[in-house]
Amino acid sequence: MSVGRARWPSWLVLGLGFGFLYLPVLLLVVWSFNSSRLATVWAGFSVKWYGELLRDRQMMDAAWVSLRIAFWTANASVVLGTLAALVMTRMRRFHGKTLFGGLITAPLVMPDVIIGLSMLLMFVSLGDMLHFQPKGMLSIWIAHTTFSLAFVSVVVSSRMAELDKSLEEAAMDLGANRIKVFFLITLPIIAPALVSGWLLAFTLSLDDVVIASFVSGPGSTTLPMKVFSSVRLGLSPKINALATLMIVAVSLCAFLGWWLMSRNERRRRADMQLALHDQA
Amino acid sequence: MSAATVFQALRKLTPGPRWGVIGIPYLWMLVFFAIPFLIVLKISFARLAIAMPPYTPILEVDGAEVALKLNLSNFLQLGALQNGYIAAYWSSLKIAAIATFLTLLIGYPMAYVIARLPVASRNVAMMLVVLPSWTSFLIRVYAWIGILKSSGPVGRLLEKLGVIDALQALGWIDGRQILYTPMAAYIGIVYCYLPFMVLPLYTNLVKHDTRLLEAAYDLGARPWRAFLRITLPLSRAGIVAGCMLVMIPAVGEFVIPELMGGPDTLMIGRVLWNEFFANRDWPLASAVAIAMLLLLMVPIVIFNRVQQRQIEGRLT
Repeated sequence: MSVGRARWPSWLVLGLGFGFLYLPVLLLVVWSFNSSRLATVWAGFSVKWYGELLRDRQMMDAAWVSLRIAFWTANASVVLGTLAALVMTRMRRFHGKTLFGGLITAPLVMPDVIIGLSMLLMFVSLGDMLHFQPKGMLSIWIAHTTFSLAFVSVVVSSRMAELDKSLEEAAMDLGANRIKVFFLITLPIIAPALVSGWLLAFTLSLDDVVIASFVSGPGSTTLPMKVFSSVRLGLSPKINALATLMIVAVSLCAFLGWWLMSRNERRRRADMQLALHDQA
Repeated sequence: MSAATVFQALRKLTPGPRWGVIGIPYLWMLVFFAIPFLIVLKISFARLAIAMPPYTPILEVDGAEVALKLNLSNFLQLGALQNGYIAAYWSSLKIAAIATFLTLLIGYPMAYVIARLPVASRNVAMMLVVLPSWTSFLIRVYAWIGILKSSGPVGRLLEKLGVIDALQALGWIDGRQILYTPMAAYIGIVYCYLPFMVLPLYTNLVKHDTRLLEAAYDLGARPWRAFLRITLPLSRAGIVAGCMLVMIPAVGEFVIPELMGGPDTLMIGRVLWNEFFANRDWPLASAVAIAMLLLLMVPIVIFNRVQQRQIEGRLT
């Protein structure tokens, strides 16, 4: 492309932008190995904060609660989000489609405090009617699934909209019914979108502190809630260690995902070339 | 009536597989997203009570007599100038608007440069933009707390540069640190929401036909002029989507002003949180939420329109 004539301003913009995005995170990683309690004084390399973090029972319990909720949230929101994406991209207009579209996109922008408050009041009303209190892991799971499925449906819809419809039509012409077409043609093609949707829902659930604080009950403290209360009390080097572990895990996942995707892409391109070659 | 006709009538009434596909997510969103807002609306008209749940019913049933009691005092309380709620709404709008503008200022050049990179590096660059948002939001806020406090790197840098007293005189920093000032809240919001600005801008900018720019250059336009006359107007939809995506959640932001902004950074999300958790006034918290929703209604509708058009537009 000949548009970018001057090159150095482009590199400056990217350098500053990525510096802004990554320097704070890198500093956290460096501080996590500082043996001093004070983040600003370097007192030598140490991994003692990692040990203290792993010995912190409350932190570990909260992490376990969070991981379980995130896992089930991701599963449920992929199923529901894919159904929602199917409705938005494959169904002809029906009464209430506009309302449905609104309900699906609203959680993307709705402030957390409003979602949290409304969810809690719903659970309380529901509990009043049914005479039980669903506050706890179940209510956090329901709340997280509700807002994550909106994100999943956006990711999946954009993939479905790109999908070549003639493939589905060809399958139908050959006598496959809609359900078979969906499972044999559509689903394998949109599988990468489902994986990224799953990961997105997982991280969204793992990340949320506001909504979880509203709907959680005693005994269901998530990791972000624990981190939030400890940050409010002041800085703790343990949090640096926790942050570093999370950053390492996320980077590994992202790298793995990127590697798998680029491998798939290369294979797909090779297949296409082979097919074109055979035709010629 | 024979069994066959009954069966047929039943089949007409029972929904087909199409309605199963529509019904499941629809029902979920209705029960867990739409109805909760109606409940919030209901409770905003209730009265505070010392009970569990701490509000009075708005329907009073006395024998055969049902009375609907709508208590408007929560909203009157919000509207009264001396209670400070209006100031809180105003200041959240202001903080969110300034932060959104700053995000656009940083995000637009980034999206522009990335969209002009070769295809392979484009994807890597976008992944690098999104990657930080996959680590915890709280952790990123926490990183900035360490940087902005008085003994942190920024504070020491300002001290070395000798500008710390000037900044203090301007009131931009509090004591010897940026932390716990509105400026810290701006930095936090810009940092955490930057990917939400870059993503829609990038998807828009990457689709532009570069031949238009080449034609403009051929006709003698300077790069700046070509940008202002061609690229900027064409990217309007991306700018609107990005600004909405940042501005709407920022208005109701709670965590960033709470952890970074200090006591002076008044935002309505914090007010709601305090009304609910500290004062345990559920009806008033509901009224705060309803008023916040009304305030956000216009931008949310704009955003939904843009989003819908994008999903449906790609179909045709």
